[in-house]
Amino acid sequence: MSFLASEGMTGGYGGADIIRRCTIEAEQGEVAVIVGPNGAGKSTAMKAIFGMVMLREGAVVLDGEDITRLSPQERVRKGMGFVPQERNVFTTMTVQENLEMGAYIREGGTADTMARVFDLFPILKERRRQLAGELSGGQRQQVAIGRALMTEPRLLMLDEPTAGVSPVVMDDLFDRILEIRATGIAILMVEQNAAQALTIADRGFVLVTGQNRHTDTGAALLADPEVRRSFLGG
Amino acid sequence: MTDVANAIVLLTNFVIVPGVAYGSQLALGALGVTLVFGILRFANFAHGDVMAFGTMVALLTTWWFQGMGVGIAPLPTALIALPFGIVAAVAFNLSADRVVFRFYRRRKSPPVILLIASVGVMFALQGIVRFIIGPDDRRLADGARFIIKASEFKAATGLKEGLAIKLSQGLTVVVTAIAVTALFWFLHRTRAGKAMRAYSDNEDLALLSGVSPDRVVLYAWLIAGTLAAVAGTMYGIDKSFKPFTYFQLLLPIFASAILGGIGHPIGAVVGGFIVALSETAVTYAYKKFLRYLLPESWEPSGLMQLLSTDYKLAISFVILVVVLLVRPTGIFRGRVLS
Repeated sequence: MSFLASEGMTGGYGGADIIRRCTIEAEQGEVAVIVGPNGAGKSTAMKAIFGMVMLREGAVVLDGEDITRLSPQERVRKGMGFVPQERNVFTTMTVQENLEMGAYIREGGTADTMARVFDLFPILKERRRQLAGELSGGQRQQVAIGRALMTEPRLLMLDEPTAGVSPVVMDDLFDRILEIRATGIAILMVEQNAAQALTIADRGFVLVTGQNRHTDTGAALLADPEVRRSFLGG
Repeated sequence: MTDVANAIVLLTNFVIVPGVAYGSQLALGALGVTLVFGILRFANFAHGDVMAFGTMVALLTTWWFQGMGVGIAPLPTALIALPFGIVAAVAFNLSADRVVFRFYRRRKSPPVILLIASVGVMFALQGIVRFIIGPDDRRLADGARFIIKASEFKAATGLKEGLAIKLSQGLTVVVTAIAVTALFWFLHRTRAGKAMRAYSDNEDLALLSGVSPDRVVLYAWLIAGTLAAVAGTMYGIDKSFKPFTYFQLLLPIFASAILGGIGHPIGAVVGGFIVALSETAVTYAYKKFLRYLLPESWEPSGLMQLLSTDYKLAISFVILVVVLLVRPTGIFRGRVLS
C-alpha cells in the first residue's frame, strides 16, 4: 500500500457528490500531481484527503493508519501539511511570525526547521522581518509553503501553488518543490498548468467529473496521445 | 512674545491636556472593542456598560477601603480598588459569552446577530448596574487634586495664563501607557498573543496551524474586560461615575476604533486621541486665545466657539459618518464593520 492511499472517495460539500470513487496515492520522495479540466473536482479531492470534505464512501489511509474520521487539525498532527490556494499566509504578520505560527502545535525547539526553510527559500531569510502581506505573489507562496513545512510534515499538499504567478516564478517554485521532494517528503499537488506540472510528476492523476480518467507516471501521461489531445491542448 | 506663550499655555491647559487624558480613556475603550471585533468578528455594544460595571465594582470597593481607612494617599484609593473592578468586568464578559455569545458562535450566526445579541446584553447590564448602584453621578476621586496647580505655574513662569494638570489626568496617561505597552508586548512577543493575531488575521489558517478557537476567544474576553475596567475607572477618577455617561461613551469609542481601522490595535489608540482632541478642540471657545495673538483692533466679539459643548457627541458622530463614507477601512486599513 502507498504511503498515502485514499481509495474510492465519494463525497462533496453536502449537496451532490463532487468526487466519485476517486483514488489518489502518493509515495514518500515522490511528487504526485492531480490535473484535469475546470470543475473536475481536483481541489475537492485534495480537500477530502485533508478532511475538509465529508466523505460518504471511501477511506484515507496515511502510512497504514486510517485517518478518514479525523479533523484537518488532527491530520496536521499525523504529518499532513496543507497549503491552501488562497489566503494562505497571515498578511499582517511578519515572515518569521508566519513560520512560527506554522510550528504552533510543535513542542520544543523549531530553530532547526526554520533554518532549513530559510535554506530552501533564502529570500525569506532576507525578508523575515517584513509583513507577509507586503511580499510579491511568488514570495508569498514561498511563505505559505514554508509555513506548512514548519510542522515537519511527511506529506505536503499544495493546492495550485502556481496560480497567478509568472512563468519564471512558476519554474522556480517547481524547482523548490523538487528540492523538498529530495528530503523524502511525499508531495501531492493540484495544478492548472498541467503540462508543466506533469514534467516534474512521478505520478499523475487525471480527473474528469470527479472520477479517475487516467493514472500513470508523469512522463507516460505526457506521452499519451489521448491525454495530450484532451487535456494538454494537443 | 509673552502673548504667544500665554496663548500656547491657554490652549494646552484647556484643549491639549484634557484632550490627551480623554484620548487615553477612549484609546483603552477602543482597544477592547477592536480586540473583540478582531477575534469574535462582531461589534460589542455592551462594552460601554461593561466599563460601567467594572467601574461600579471599583467604586464599591473604594468605599469599602475608605470605610476601613485603607488608602494610598496622595494617590486615589480607586487605584487599589481597580483590580476588583477588573475581575468583575472579566467575570461578566466570560459569563455573557457563556450564556449568550457562545450559543450564536456555535451556530455560526452572522455578525449582525451577535451585534444585536450584544445590545441585549447591554440593556441587561444597564439594568444590573442601576439596580446595584443607581443612576446617579458619583465621585470616584480622592487624594491629591493636582500635579501642577495653575497658581504655581503662574508664579514659576510669570505668565498670565496658568497650566493645571490634575493628578487624575497624569494617572490616566501613565496607566494607559502601561496598559497599551503591556498589550502590545503580549500581542507581539508571546505565543498566545501571536495566536490571537493569527486568528484575527486569517481564522482558517490559524485553525490549520492548531490554534484553539476557545482559547483565543477566552483571551479576547479577558483582555477586553480588563481594558474596560481600566478605561472606566480612569474616566471615573478623571471626571465622575454616572452609568448613562458610560453608555454614551460607546459612540466616541466606536468612532475611535473605526477611524483607526477596526481590528487594528494601533489604530484604536491613534483613533482615540484624534477623536478626543477633535472634541476638545471643536468645543473650545477661542476668544481669549485669539486676543493674545491678534492685534487689539481685531479682537473677536463672539466666543469663537465652533460648537457648544452640549454637541460634543455630535463630533464623534460626524467623524464616524465621514470615515465610513470616505475610508471605511480606517486610517490603518482595518476591516469593514459588517
